[in-house]
Amino acid sequence: MKTQNNKAWFFVSPVLLLVALSAIIPLMTVVNYSVQDSFGNNEFFWVGTEWFQEILNSERFHNALQRTLLFSGLVLLIEIPLGIAIALAMPKRGIGVSVCLVLMALPLLIPWNVVGTIWQVFGRVDIGLLGYGLSSLGFDYNYTQDIFDAWVTLIVMDVWHWTSLVVLLCYSGLVSIPEVYYQAARIDGASRWSVFRFIQLPKIKRVLLIAVLLRFMDSFMIYTEPFVVTGGGPGNSTTFLSIDLVQMAVGQFDLGPAAAMSLIYFLIILLVCWVFYTVMTNYDQQQGGQN
Amino acid sequence: MANIELQNIAHQYGSGQNSPGQNSPDENIPYALKNMNELWQDGGAYALLGPSGCGKTTLLNIISGLLQPSEGRVLFDGLDVTGLSPEQRNIAQVFQFPVVYDTLTVAQNLAFPLRNRKLPKQQIEARVAEVLKLLGMTDRAGQRAHSLSADDKQKISLGRGLVRTDVNAILFDEPLTVIDPHLKWQLRTELKKIHQQFQHTMIYVTHDQTEALTFADKVIVMYEGAVVQIGTPQELFEHPAHTFVGKFIGSPGMNVMQVDLHGTSARLGDAEIQLPKSYESAVSEEEGAASSGFKQKVELGIRPEHLSLLPTGPDELRADIVGIEDVGKHIVVRAKVQGQGIDVIVKEGVGIPESPYLSLTPEKLNVYQNSYLVQGQPR
Repeated sequence: MKTQNNKAWFFVSPVLLLVALSAIIPLMTVVNYSVQDSFGNNEFFWVGTEWFQEILNSERFHNALQRTLLFSGLVLLIEIPLGIAIALAMPKRGIGVSVCLVLMALPLLIPWNVVGTIWQVFGRVDIGLLGYGLSSLGFDYNYTQDIFDAWVTLIVMDVWHWTSLVVLLCYSGLVSIPEVYYQAARIDGASRWSVFRFIQLPKIKRVLLIAVLLRFMDSFMIYTEPFVVTGGGPGNSTTFLSIDLVQMAVGQFDLGPAAAMSLIYFLIILLVCWVFYTVMTNYDQQQGGQN
Repeated sequence: MANIELQNIAHQYGSGQNSPGQNSPDENIPYALKNMNELWQDGGAYALLGPSGCGKTTLLNIISGLLQPSEGRVLFDGLDVTGLSPEQRNIAQVFQFPVVYDTLTVAQNLAFPLRNRKLPKQQIEARVAEVLKLLGMTDRAGQRAHSLSADDKQKISLGRGLVRTDVNAILFDEPLTVIDPHLKWQLRTELKKIHQQFQHTMIYVTHDQTEALTFADKVIVMYEGAVVQIGTPQELFEHPAHTFVGKFIGSPGMNVMQVDLHGTSARLGDAEIQLPKSYESAVSEEEGAASSGFKQKVELGIRPEHLSLLPTGPDELRADIVGIEDVGKHIVVRAKVQGQGIDVIVKEGVGIPESPYLSLTPEKLNVYQNSYLVQGQPR
């Protein structure tokens, strides 16, 4: 018979308590709201899955979800390759390393709303360097009125803010590759592309996975910067799920639908991360199966 | 295939940033490799033997082109290749630690150097199949290299070195370090066979004397960045050119005793040892040097195999036994004679006398002046 040692629970309990206080209990209040309706006076009525159905069938939610997915997709498509490219171009030794690392880390140290403010001012047509400059060059640039300009501004801002994270993660992966791999590649007559494809990429795959997950989660949940720069406009064109959610919960005080939406939002992030993880970790096994 | 010539090769790490010819030697940086001139024959099997940090790998990387020497030239068949890349030199090199391309299969790994050289597909497949058979990995051709054991990964690295048939030389940098002992023998025999079959120039770096002596026709012993002796295994054993070679090769190594030399006799403390040859010139040099205040070091070297312990003998050669090690096929006796530590090999079954006296074979004595072998004149 297998002996059970229940003392283990004793050791786990502090963590359980902490997680309960920090995550589970707040989450349960949201679950609580999501299945009830309230007309004030602290009176609640059970509504079951009504709010969930309402959210899932609402066009407003669909549009916000599509915008958010598009934003995350574009951000990943730009930041991941760009981050890898910059990491590859960074020096491996000497004084240049510290200079590059500090430069790379700078954007990461700026608070979100400050980043938003910087770009909000930077892009303004009347006083901002970027906006004014583009206008004087003859470009019809105005992020407060043009949907395309608003998107470009937000994406460029996010790339400016977060590519560094991808760079730093990839760089850490690259410098951990032993020199002998590059020597062997030179002996084998490998091209620059082969070195990247068969040595560098496989070796940074793990950190790259972390970079993709982090960048997906962060961009999918982005709130502060677009809120500060565009406020979700022009119209609803940059109203992402997070902005929509806050409008619903705080602006309209629709706690029930907002809670339901929060949970759906949460589950989508969880699901997409799981898909990313599974696809990227299974990729090698499938590769090995061929030939 | 080519013979390899090194002209005035020397190397300092960190000086001149790898641009040959333009840098001046930096006094503050020690030479990893001291000035050397070597000519290695086409088709030879050479072993570079020496302790860790003696410059073996540096020399190997200079030959393969991974490293630019700070001084001197490398010539292949008389052609200066100093400025050429490893690819242009057409060199194969196997490293100490396994390098495999994780995402590729075993077969793809072996095909990699050939594919990069754009060989026809059929030729690649045929050659890969041959090497797979040689490594005994035909059944695992389709397996991903990532999932292999360290042994097998190193076999793949070895295979990538052997897969090209047109190389000028194959260099091995302690390739069997991570391999299991029983497999080591097998692979070394395979390498030897490959060498006999294809007659590639092979240079094999190792710090393991057994490996060097069994693999190579000629062993190059290195010590502190310099080549101290090149010779056949037998030459290295019988006539080490430097006390280091004597101590490094053999187990236990050669006994080196500090003596005073006078013509044909050497003084070891109170003991007088008659030498078969005259070392008059060495002595005169010593006296000359002594008068100028510079003390030369004269030493006698003799293999433990050429010593024996007898029950009787002159008092001066009395041996105090310090320790006895039974290593199986023979016994190593550690003794002290005239205060100097001496190892003697006693064959299994031969008794060790109660109060032993050292006996030596004079013909096997080597005389060293400042650690270098001195040739005596016949009397």
